[in-house]
Amino acid sequence: MTPELHSFPRLAPGCRLSEKAREPRTLLMPERALRLNGPSLEIVERCDGKHTVQQIIVDLQKIYSKAEPHKVEQDILGYLILLQKERALDFQL
Amino acid sequence: MAISSFCKKSALSTFSCSAPASATGPFLLNMTSTMPNPLALIAELTHRCPLHCVYCSNPMELQSRTNELSTEIWSRVFKEAAEAGVLQADFTGGEPLARPDIVALVRAARSAGLYVNLITSGLPLDEAKLAALVEAGLDHIQLSFQGAREETANEISGTKSHTQKLRVLDWLRRHRVAVTLNFVIHRRNIDQLEEMLALAESSCATRIEFANVQYYGWAFANRENLLPTRVQLDQSLTLIKREQERLQARIRVEYVVPDYYAKYPKPCMGGWGRKLMLITPSGDALPCHAAQVIPGLAFENVKDRSLREIWEHSAAFQKFRGEAWMQEPCKTCDRREQDFGGCRCQALLLVGDAAATDPVCSLSPMRPKVDAILTGINTATSAQIFAQPPWRYRLNPA
Repeated sequence: MTPELHSFPRLAPGCRLSEKAREPRTLLMPERALRLNGPSLEIVERCDGKHTVQQIIVDLQKIYSKAEPHKVEQDILGYLILLQKERALDFQL
Repeated sequence: MAISSFCKKSALSTFSCSAPASATGPFLLNMTSTMPNPLALIAELTHRCPLHCVYCSNPMELQSRTNELSTEIWSRVFKEAAEAGVLQADFTGGEPLARPDIVALVRAARSAGLYVNLITSGLPLDEAKLAALVEAGLDHIQLSFQGAREETANEISGTKSHTQKLRVLDWLRRHRVAVTLNFVIHRRNIDQLEEMLALAESSCATRIEFANVQYYGWAFANRENLLPTRVQLDQSLTLIKREQERLQARIRVEYVVPDYYAKYPKPCMGGWGRKLMLITPSGDALPCHAAQVIPGLAFENVKDRSLREIWEHSAAFQKFRGEAWMQEPCKTCDRREQDFGGCRCQALLLVGDAAATDPVCSLSPMRPKVDAILTGINTATSAQIFAQPPWRYRLNPA
């Protein structure tokens, strides 16, 4: 199960980022909260239905230019699938 | 609604601030953490409720409307909760929609920075009220069902309620809010799990919570007619495992087992005074729903002290925090940091000592008491266990 690179990940209803003023940032969802930092926060901030999976990968490869690009891509795809399994994410075409 | 706060008693204990470790690559850094703060505030806004469920988690002594906290005090409590580190507020009751200021309360909690859950029967709801709640910032609605079939549901809730719930499910499709269906499970509806799942699949729910009744309060009074048989439980476990796989990435299926059948106790409330705080309709701060059954505990009220002060210093929260209170076999047990000795209220109810090991634990010297209850149910004939019970219905506050 790999997300379509041209789909637009969007946080599911009732899943949202905690407010900027509150540290640490978390992804709030029914009965759960995932703590976000560094790359995971960069990814979730882009799950707004306006960025494609491909764009998220390109953005993060720029931000984390010291990391191996293929590894960055694999980690992002893995993380998006995790969020979908948690029912925190939908992929829109 | 009170019934599903029973789900809370164990389900929320899984409230976590972490992702499954297996899914985090080195690139994603470490996302796990344990926070020393309360993570969720359970706001019992009222004990008034249009339902009379035979397993209600509310105490037998209910608070009347005249004792309920004002909008202003609740609003202050939400701010103090956020400042103390709380992430989520669970609005429950009774029926939280019985509060005429419910929209203002949702708005206050959301502006304080909290994630707002509403646990409701859906009975006093119309679509305009739903729209107002979502507009005010409601994040998640948990709609309780008493069964998949109208006759079972109405019998258990002592009210004609099922048809209205189906209407609410229909309205929910048109609003952007997370939806969980809560089913409280027991002997009389555990054989309807497939029908319940079908109901969830035909709705916009992304989560379904099957919580077996936990035996406190009204449920304790009706226990002999609610506990499922071992055969029923085993069948349900097989079915749930299969359905969790089938529905993966579409609907999260959560299942809370009846702990009388468990080998080890549940980590009740995620540990006493570790993650959760419950505020009663009149403002008493409790470490768990049933804590008032424990003799000698004095609870502080949010009208008198700040939430953080109560969390850190209240004698009731300190009483069973950590490990100092533990007796054998908990005291030296390898599992003491996983289940925290189980449930203090259950220890009190079943063996008369709130500091004893939860007697559902197979390591407890008192486990035979629980086994005797199970044997009674599992050796009875089908005609006996499915005979029409003399239900003791939950009353309404004076």
